[in-house]
Amino acid sequence: MALNNKISKIQELIYEISVGEVMRTNLVTVTPQTPMSRLREILREKRISGTPVVDGDKLVGIISIEDFIKWLANREPDCPIGQKMIKEVQTLHAEEPLTQAVNKFEQFGFGRFPVLDHQTNKLVGIITKGTIVEGLLKKLEIDHIEEEEVYRHRIKHFFEDILADKVSLFFQYDVEGQNFKRAGEGASRLKSSLRRLGLDPQIVRRVAIATYEAEMNLIIYTQGGTIRARVEPREIFVRVEDSGPGIPDIEKAMQPGYSTAPEWVRELGFGAGMGLNNIQRCASKMGLYSVVGKGTTLKIRIFTEEEAKSETRRNDSKTGPGR
Amino acid sequence: MTLQEAKEILEAEVLAGDDLLGQPIKMACGSDLMSDVLSFVKPESLLLTGLTNPQVVRTAEMADLAAICFVRGKRPDPLTIEMAKAKNIPLLTTLLPMFESCGRLWTHGLPGCSEYQKKR
Repeated sequence: MALNNKISKIQELIYEISVGEVMRTNLVTVTPQTPMSRLREILREKRISGTPVVDGDKLVGIISIEDFIKWLANREPDCPIGQKMIKEVQTLHAEEPLTQAVNKFEQFGFGRFPVLDHQTNKLVGIITKGTIVEGLLKKLEIDHIEEEEVYRHRIKHFFEDILADKVSLFFQYDVEGQNFKRAGEGASRLKSSLRRLGLDPQIVRRVAIATYEAEMNLIIYTQGGTIRARVEPREIFVRVEDSGPGIPDIEKAMQPGYSTAPEWVRELGFGAGMGLNNIQRCASKMGLYSVVGKGTTLKIRIFTEEEAKSETRRNDSKTGPGR
Repeated sequence: MTLQEAKEILEAEVLAGDDLLGQPIKMACGSDLMSDVLSFVKPESLLLTGLTNPQVVRTAEMADLAAICFVRGKRPDPLTIEMAKAKNIPLLTTLLPMFESCGRLWTHGLPGCSEYQKKR
């Protein structure tokens, strides 16, 4: 997925970025008087495959390694570059978009193009396929970082940005009973959604764990149910409902270690009798209501502002015996 | 310590997340009961477990665990590994049994979850 985005981003950039933005400006140049014998040194030392030929600051030609090889192969005597250079030079202007450069590379098959300033026609830089790639990579990196920062900032202030007297986000997840393959999917999706809203990670974790345990209960004991979460700036309210079989003895069910889970559930690592206690531990407030034969409703409230004070309060009042 | 160091101490093999080995591990917990894990374990922990079903990865996801290491040479099924990869949760496996794994990490200074709690 990411790769596709990057590729079309490159297509965008090729139209947006100008030749001037990626060209190399620390130019190596030669004059028409420079002898051909010197060319080898220059090309090798600067690790380039060609160079523009300038007279003063006017571009008069271009000479490449191919021209040098031809001169060598023919064993011609030393002479000034001016005699061997290509005089009709294909150039690009700094203001042109990269698409122009790409087209020219394709059209002419040259390795490099000198870049001229549009108004003065002075030589201002040189562009090769390599410089295009470098420039694109740099641009991609910068854009990627900026996009992410903006995105994160936007999401974090979601509630602040919405103008209303009361704001409430509602999520519902339908849970299929006895389906262990998808067990935890509801809680996982809720967690991702809350994360995206930029809520405090501690709060998100508590909601996630409480919802997960509740979801497991739905899957283990019932034919299915719903998880409804209401997210408001100051509290998150999760209501888990099913239509059977109901809990005969709620007090017993709340005892840590007490479990009515069938054997196969224990093999999955559950059924330790800690589910409801974990929920209680995560919640700021919890309510459990059940009628045998009709169903069960579990209400969990997690306050966001209470976080700092709640650690101590919860540890004192809600911890079960002997933990 | 880092997950990389823990991996070396346990002589573990990486099943998922080999690009995530640089992250810090603040404490560890050994358990086969997921509900226990959800009561006690704190984030940035390494979970040592013999349980290999997908719920282990879910539990890790809910509790923000740093990584899971299976003991006694256990390996989870491919579906579980895929889930872990999708959620960026590293999975390791060691041939060492639970007690030894815990012991080794402990002697290298890795605290348990109760040790790490600032309040009781």
